[in-house]
Amino acid sequence: MRVSFTVNGRRQEADDVWEGESLLYVLRERLGLPGSKNACEQGECGSCTVRLDGVPVCACLVAAGQAEGREILTVEGLADHARRRARGARARDGRPDPRTGEGTGLSPDPRTGEGAGLSPDPRTGEGTGLSPDPRTGEGTGLSPVQQAFVDAGAVQCGFCTPGLLVAADELLERHPDPTDADIREALSGNLCRCTGYEKIMDAVRLAAARQAGEA
Amino acid sequence: MDFLRPASWEEALAVKAEHPSAVPIAGGTDVMVEINFGHRRPEYLMDLNRIGDLYAWEVGEDTVRLGAGVPYAHVMEHLRAELPGLALASHTVASPQIRNRGGVGGNLGTASPAGDAHPALLAAGAEVEAQSVRGTRMIPIDAFYTGVKRNALAPDELIRAVHVRKADGPQQYAKVGTRNAMVIAVCAFGLALHPATRTVRTGIGSAAPTPIRARAAEEFLTAALEEGGFWDNGRPVPPSVAGQFARLCSAACTPIDDVRGTAGYRRHAVGVLARRTLAWTWESYRGTARTAHRKGGAA
Repeated sequence: MRVSFTVNGRRQEADDVWEGESLLYVLRERLGLPGSKNACEQGECGSCTVRLDGVPVCACLVAAGQAEGREILTVEGLADHARRRARGARARDGRPDPRTGEGTGLSPDPRTGEGAGLSPDPRTGEGTGLSPDPRTGEGTGLSPVQQAFVDAGAVQCGFCTPGLLVAADELLERHPDPTDADIREALSGNLCRCTGYEKIMDAVRLAAARQAGEA
Repeated sequence: MDFLRPASWEEALAVKAEHPSAVPIAGGTDVMVEINFGHRRPEYLMDLNRIGDLYAWEVGEDTVRLGAGVPYAHVMEHLRAELPGLALASHTVASPQIRNRGGVGGNLGTASPAGDAHPALLAAGAEVEAQSVRGTRMIPIDAFYTGVKRNALAPDELIRAVHVRKADGPQQYAKVGTRNAMVIAVCAFGLALHPATRTVRTGIGSAAPTPIRARAAEEFLTAALEEGGFWDNGRPVPPSVAGQFARLCSAACTPIDDVRGTAGYRRHAVGVLARRTLAWTWESYRGTARTAHRKGGAA
């Protein structure tokens, strides 16, 4: 069957999808987006965490056909998503983005995901595939959460990192000043076998502190 | 395999009537695991995500009608006051990612003895709204679980909603596992005090072929609380009564040894959970709710 949906702001179509296939398989094997990792295939490890209409889910447990017409955000689109969200926040504070004038709307609705995926910006060229590609994340730089993971040494083998980044970014979107208990709960579905989690906790605290500093 | 995508509930019922082997999928947290591991290759997979009715709930006078697809995350967030036991149970389900997708309808459809919602539903009191093109049946929760991963649904029926009695007193839920997240219950226990009828109800998970109530324990405790005037005098439940309640809850179990625990451990742990949840709920009743529920108390 054919499945059409939006990934990181771009319409995507996948053909010859097997009816029992997972969204994760479609992303990795059919759309060339291997950022979401495939490990347990039973929702235990969180390595495949993506946002489905704004909500964090395990992509391995979403049937491909269930994604039809919906909005997916993967780790590849995280930096772009964070940038658009920051613009929206500046606009709400009466500080529209000086470069594009964007940010007059609201940030993506975390429940419906509305506004999470935008079409290419004709003025900046963003999303046109000419320079930075918001679909694959190439050339878009890092989101604040990604930078914090690098700076805090929260990445070892890196396999769990994409899922943790998506989950941590969503936590900070919903809850800019989380307690340690909030962080632990938000990341409780993401397993890491290298770090012992302390550096990951540090990274999320760091991202939250930097976010607060900018506001 | 065919992927069927009904746009309305009526269409879903028609599909299920035409293809009784169609496997409904909502959150996918059970069905997709079976497909990913090659344990199941349904002829038809029927997506229920598009049926908005399944994702709504209505708070009525006595019950909450909870749409079958409402995810656990929403039960935790929006129904803590009306369904405290189910909200607590929902919070023990797996992880945020799973709670964002999975819901009570799927838990009932799978009918695993380890399903987290079942003890809370049994303790609160609930009815499953099962529908087919032939009509609607309200199945009492006590009659719903018929065997290991078996339920009372007919092949052409789908779960539309579950009607859960609103709490009229304190409720608690406790679960044994190796950590707080991502745990299939070694055993679980739900307890609801019902001051309006001066009764108590229980629910036990992962300690019998199906989720069960500990009826002898309920009858014993209900009688002991009545005889001692405890609903009115609000005294602490004597250790002898709590101990006997715990023993009767253990005795209701018919557990097995498996990778998560032994039968002996489960039987013991259910008793511990029964005693603890009784202490928690009774303290809560004495502390805050008693004055509101006391019959004929001096104003």
